[in-house]
Amino acid sequence: MAECHPVGFQWVMEARDRGAKVFHIDPRFSRTSASVDRYLPIRAGTDIVLLGALINHVLSNGLDFREYVLAYTNASTIVSEDFRDTEDLDGLFSGFDPETRRYDTRSWAYEGDSGQTDEMREGDERHAEAAGSDSYGARGAGSSAEPPSDPTLSHPRCVYQILKRHFSRYTPEMVAELCGIEPERFAELAEAVTANSGRERTTAWVYSVGWTQHSVGVQYIRAASILQLLLGNMGRPGGGIMALRGHASIQGSTDIPTLFNLLPGYIAMPHAHRHDGLDHYIEAEGGETGYWGNRRAYLVSLLKAWWGDAATADNDFCFDYLPRLTGDHGHYTTVMGQIDGTVKGYFVVGENPAVGSANGKAQRLGLANLDWLVVRDLMLVETATFWKDAPELETGELRTEDIGTEVFFMPAASHVEKDGTFTNTQRLLQWREKAIEPPDDCRSDLWFYYHLGKKIRALLGDDERDRPVKELTWDYPEHGEQRDPSAEAVLREINGTGPDGKALPSLRELKPDGSTSCGCWIYCGVYAGEVNQAARRKPGREQGPTALEWGWAWPANRRVLYNRASADPDGRPWSERKKYVWWDADKREWTGDDVPDFEEHKPPDYTPPEGAKAQDALRGTDPFIMQSDGKGWLYVPAGLSDGPLPAHYEPHESPVRNTLYGEQSNPARRTVDRPENPYNPALSDRFPYVFTTSRLTEHHTAGGMSRPLAYLAELQPAAFVEVSPRMAAEVGLENGGWATVITTRTAIELRVLVTDRVRPLRLGDRTVHQIVMPYHWGYGGGGLVTGDVVNDLSPIVLDPNVFIQESKAGTCDVRPGRRPRGRALLDLIERYRDG
Amino acid sequence: MAEPSTRRMGFFTDTTVCIGCKACEVACKEWNDVPDDGFVFRATSYDNTGALGADTWRHVAFIETGDRWLMSSDVCKHCTNAACLDVCPTGALFRTEFDTVVVQADVCNGCGYCVPACPYGVIDRRERDGRAFKCTMCYDRQLGGLEPACAKACPTQSIQFGPLDELRVRAQERVERLHAEGNTDARLYGDSPDDGVGGAGAFFLLQDEPEAYGLPPDPVVTTKDLPQMWRWAGGAALAMTGAVAACFLRRR
Repeated sequence: MAECHPVGFQWVMEARDRGAKVFHIDPRFSRTSASVDRYLPIRAGTDIVLLGALINHVLSNGLDFREYVLAYTNASTIVSEDFRDTEDLDGLFSGFDPETRRYDTRSWAYEGDSGQTDEMREGDERHAEAAGSDSYGARGAGSSAEPPSDPTLSHPRCVYQILKRHFSRYTPEMVAELCGIEPERFAELAEAVTANSGRERTTAWVYSVGWTQHSVGVQYIRAASILQLLLGNMGRPGGGIMALRGHASIQGSTDIPTLFNLLPGYIAMPHAHRHDGLDHYIEAEGGETGYWGNRRAYLVSLLKAWWGDAATADNDFCFDYLPRLTGDHGHYTTVMGQIDGTVKGYFVVGENPAVGSANGKAQRLGLANLDWLVVRDLMLVETATFWKDAPELETGELRTEDIGTEVFFMPAASHVEKDGTFTNTQRLLQWREKAIEPPDDCRSDLWFYYHLGKKIRALLGDDERDRPVKELTWDYPEHGEQRDPSAEAVLREINGTGPDGKALPSLRELKPDGSTSCGCWIYCGVYAGEVNQAARRKPGREQGPTALEWGWAWPANRRVLYNRASADPDGRPWSERKKYVWWDADKREWTGDDVPDFEEHKPPDYTPPEGAKAQDALRGTDPFIMQSDGKGWLYVPAGLSDGPLPAHYEPHESPVRNTLYGEQSNPARRTVDRPENPYNPALSDRFPYVFTTSRLTEHHTAGGMSRPLAYLAELQPAAFVEVSPRMAAEVGLENGGWATVITTRTAIELRVLVTDRVRPLRLGDRTVHQIVMPYHWGYGGGGLVTGDVVNDLSPIVLDPNVFIQESKAGTCDVRPGRRPRGRALLDLIERYRDG
Repeated sequence: MAEPSTRRMGFFTDTTVCIGCKACEVACKEWNDVPDDGFVFRATSYDNTGALGADTWRHVAFIETGDRWLMSSDVCKHCTNAACLDVCPTGALFRTEFDTVVVQADVCNGCGYCVPACPYGVIDRRERDGRAFKCTMCYDRQLGGLEPACAKACPTQSIQFGPLDELRVRAQERVERLHAEGNTDARLYGDSPDDGVGGAGAFFLLQDEPEAYGLPPDPVVTTKDLPQMWRWAGGAALAMTGAVAACFLRRR
């Protein structure tokens, strides 16, 4: 966090100053490790073992926050008798089809939920096809509000007992054997985390792509969620699980998504062959209870925002104008489509996949096989210049004269040259003003898409199929010489308006009948009272502890989600020290330091009437209002592709055998078995070292924004690999010299940094060496400094829920000296592939 | 905009909270238009600018010792008794109203006397044009009532800027607190008016011996002995004159 989010890390430093104990668990000793109380080196790709052992420690010692767990989680819920755990099937859950390597998830359901239709099932084969579960997991549809339960937690099929059994093999000994963390160190961590949780105290976890970029990435986060729920650390001040984002407003780009499978506000993109019309879509999406029960209001308001008067009840509010999924249209599938020639055109906006994505060679082969490519960036990044400087030109795999891709480079305005919002990881929208006009032809993204849309619309005729584009609301006030569309007008449209045309104050006002419009339901209220709430800048010292008048957080300006859980079931704070939101019995309303994440006047003793829908179907004690049962899910009965509980699987490429189960790697992981994407065999002597990729404070992601700047480039001028002194001696590497790192994809050369910070890990009687490589360098991109592309080493192997690549744990070989050039490089790789 | 201070201003750099982000180095260069220092991979931890010099006015040192990774942002000490200023023949170096020491690039003639005079090896000549450069404690910003760029950019308040007497009190409290918490390695460096430079205008809280950070343990202003030397020289000259005169007298 100090390494990649130094500005945010000031608050960790402040917390430490006030007595917080901070642990850093990471394969790499970074600037964060230097600034905490205890650093624990861990083998890359084994965090579920560690988290599982913490869960086991809590469960087997009865250290869970029992009152919280009973009231607010699904610990007591009884699971279908068809469910089989990894304990029964040696690393598989029930429902696995070895042919397709996918799960049929029906047996994971709560008892009595098997009646759900096929359409409502989630996370199974068909949903996995289109990453449906990315949204399903968050939504929690597919189960009823009141499933059968056993409050004594003794039923053998209740979630609590399933959890206990499932995690019983995650012991401190396994942590030592697989993660390389000594039992004393584990004990210290377990003691600190549990002692710092409960009524009086809360513990927070912070992660970033070290947890997500794995073939079992989603389950890493699930494991942390289970631990935090058991310890009562969710929905309470100082608790939670914080996802640190990769750069500014990545949170915003999932809220108003750039993801293929989502519409704004985490509404699932409809599927071409499964959703015939609006009614059918709403029915198939399920989840009538909890806040997703209002899905129709959210979606219809979105359609009204997009198609305005053209959207009427008679035409399903133009639901049929929405694009449809036909399968996985994710990044890596798109790249394979490019190589195959089925994807002809490509927009790359503010990204540099030729350097930043896994298996860079496959990326560049894809780019070279397009008809046209549009790159919008501040600099001529490698993705725009691959045709003249890609490493494949040197090896002869590509020839400039053979590349037919027409590249359009559109210079972009930087963040100080345009106004708009950033949404940070805590869902806080902060408005920024344009400080200066962008130079020359540089334009904001808003300008680009708005004027591109205008040009396209002007070209359209009367063809029926052009109507979705022709009828779009596409009229924003324009400002200045360049006719910049008004960003505030866009924010107001996102906020939404009511029948009177005024900005809506709250998402509770959204209606399913077409009388309201709203571009993203979770952002409704950001323009309440016709005021840009995101632009509020009242200093923290002039207001209360939650600083509710600084910017605006979705939803409804709440700073801590699910904060009903900060009070006990009766609505009283769990403790004076951790008082946050509570029920005022006299005024009969929820109140506190934050905006309550609950219906303001729903009393703690509220019981839903028979047949209640949406939030009315949840009790006054159900804080997790997005879930269909209002509970925090220790066990996920629907919504995931690879299991209702996390289980440790080794990375796809690992030198270590999985001693927990017979299954070596995630059985449902997504592989791309093609010549462009060969894999290192698991447990191979040819690839004995573990590599992980990383970032440095001095650079930004694939380097497009930092390598061309002298003040940053001079601070980290060369691609390098960090190795321990022991490994350096073993391989023959010299500090400051060169190393060649080899996988079956390619070999790259890097400068060597020998450092005690990298520690060989003892796993039982063997030692595993890890190397660390920051990935900021590339072959060109207008950079003052260049270097080989580290991501060229990474394989394309994906988490089956969200299709993220496993770039944080792979295997490699390392040799001293520089890599071979030209054809000789291919020969070297060939020899490694053939063994 | 705040009024500029009339008191002696200084830096207190608390290395115990430095996270090595180098925002100070970058902010300094941005504000003062300092050129890059070359693109050299030095293989010395995360330090690729090496040391303070004409083109690096803030420098973050990275020291790897056993389990610890120490980071410290070094800067010109703005000595009470500044040798660079004493030896400058053109008056390019001068003491400001904030009691800081600043080189005026348009007056400097590049003689370089100041370079060996500095007991910390801070001030340096830029190879391309020969003139001497170093930290100005953002004299121009101070004139406008602003804090120096490095202190402004520091996310963890490792670099604190303010009236020197206040900073010294704050630093003393901080070191006492660290000692009470068992961090007995914590020590102040350059805070004492009784040291060899009469106290630094930029002082530090370190976690190891100054040598570990590349700082001289007992810096002494190189011109300290100048008055005495002049006295001796004067005495010697007098004595010589006397002796010569005596010779003449004897001859008579």
